[in-house]
Amino acid sequence: MVENRLNVGKISEGVVLDHIPAGKSMEIYKYLHLDQMDCCVAIIKNARSGKLGKKDILKIESPVENIDLDILGFIDHTITVNIIRNETIVEKQILTLPKEIKNVIKCKNPRCITSIEQELDHVFFLSDAETKTYRCKYCEEQYHRH
Amino acid sequence: MRHLISPLDLTTDELKNLLQLAQEIERNPDKFKHACDGKTLATLFYEPSTRTRLSHEAAMLNLGGNIMGFSSADSSSAAKGESVSDTIQTIACYADIAAMRHPKEGSSYVASRKSPIPIINAGDGGHQHPTQTLTDLLTILNLKGRLDNMTIGVCGDLKFGRTVHSLINAMVRYTGIKFVLISPEELRIPSYVREDVLDKNNTPYEEVVRLEDALPKLDILYMTRVQKERFFNEEEYLRMKDFYVLNKEKMKLAKDDMYVLHPLPRVNEISVEVDEDPRAAYFRQVQYGVYVRMALILTLLDIHVD
Repeated sequence: MVENRLNVGKISEGVVLDHIPAGKSMEIYKYLHLDQMDCCVAIIKNARSGKLGKKDILKIESPVENIDLDILGFIDHTITVNIIRNETIVEKQILTLPKEIKNVIKCKNPRCITSIEQELDHVFFLSDAETKTYRCKYCEEQYHRH
Repeated sequence: MRHLISPLDLTTDELKNLLQLAQEIERNPDKFKHACDGKTLATLFYEPSTRTRLSHEAAMLNLGGNIMGFSSADSSSAAKGESVSDTIQTIACYADIAAMRHPKEGSSYVASRKSPIPIINAGDGGHQHPTQTLTDLLTILNLKGRLDNMTIGVCGDLKFGRTVHSLINAMVRYTGIKFVLISPEELRIPSYVREDVLDKNNTPYEEVVRLEDALPKLDILYMTRVQKERFFNEEEYLRMKDFYVLNKEKMKLAKDDMYVLHPLPRVNEISVEVDEDPRAAYFRQVQYGVYVRMALILTLLDIHVD
């Protein structure tokens, strides 16, 4: 009898993002602009996880330098980043909350100058690491995560 | 290039120097009347604010300088869609320093990034109004002789009142400051001011609803207007509004050396009868606003008068 299993092969060089909260992989795919990268990407949704119950995994066959880990740190700094070389994990990178993020999220304050001047970058700074609070660099409005 | 975008752009030492300079100007205005000869201040007011604009203009004129500018977005290139950055780079060819008022928050900061001349934020939406804060600090210093060890009551609309938020931000840097926050439930100070500013600096505070309960404890009372449109219903507004009207009767509860400040304009939150009370300091505050803006212009232009 043939077993119904979903297998995704190993990658020889690249990055495996593990322990992504289930359902968040597409959001990360979008933020990392993986659609614009000419490399092999595997998105695994709802994989079994001892730690999380269910998790998502992203396998990206591209050197880590091409991936914006700052954005990843902003989305969820608990995601595990495994650097792969010769099909082996050679390094695990720890994500931190970036001090500043540019053009990842938009300020929703209708009174902010970014609401009328379209060419301005949307810049947020980390105002409180403990509460993971980010504020708009222009109007200081707090960014509320969903 | 120095700018003044937020009240916290100045360290307490820089602030001390600036306030001392303002006091020296008050004592000896003649000494400074040609300090800005040949210099021009541009007042870029994208929304009307006669009081703030005239105060900046009076400051520059008292220093011997010139003034130019506009007082509504309709009469500027903003009406044609010009960005704040482009406007300031153009104005910099005509003027040596600019004071800017704009309805959008963060506009002065955007202007300052490209500006070859100092920018004074004269109010950016509901965000910052640092020259009002400098005015408040100079007023408190002149009346009390110090900026530390006192109890400050702030009364009225503490939710939307940016002058109150800026004053709290500035005063928590001094030792021995206590706040009494006097407001209706709907207009309590926002949690980010309570948590990020007061709690973080271990500044003691209490929140009360009735002005009468707070008055006997205060060294300074900072009044603001309670606007009808801030209330959820009219009945609640009518019930509360008189709590926040300061009159002669309530002034009897206050200490003899408690001073009343107000960023003005007032509507009815301070009865006209209080104006005669020597503790009513809000019109002196307007005069101090000119001195402190004179000191600010000299500081930002790096002009020293011996």
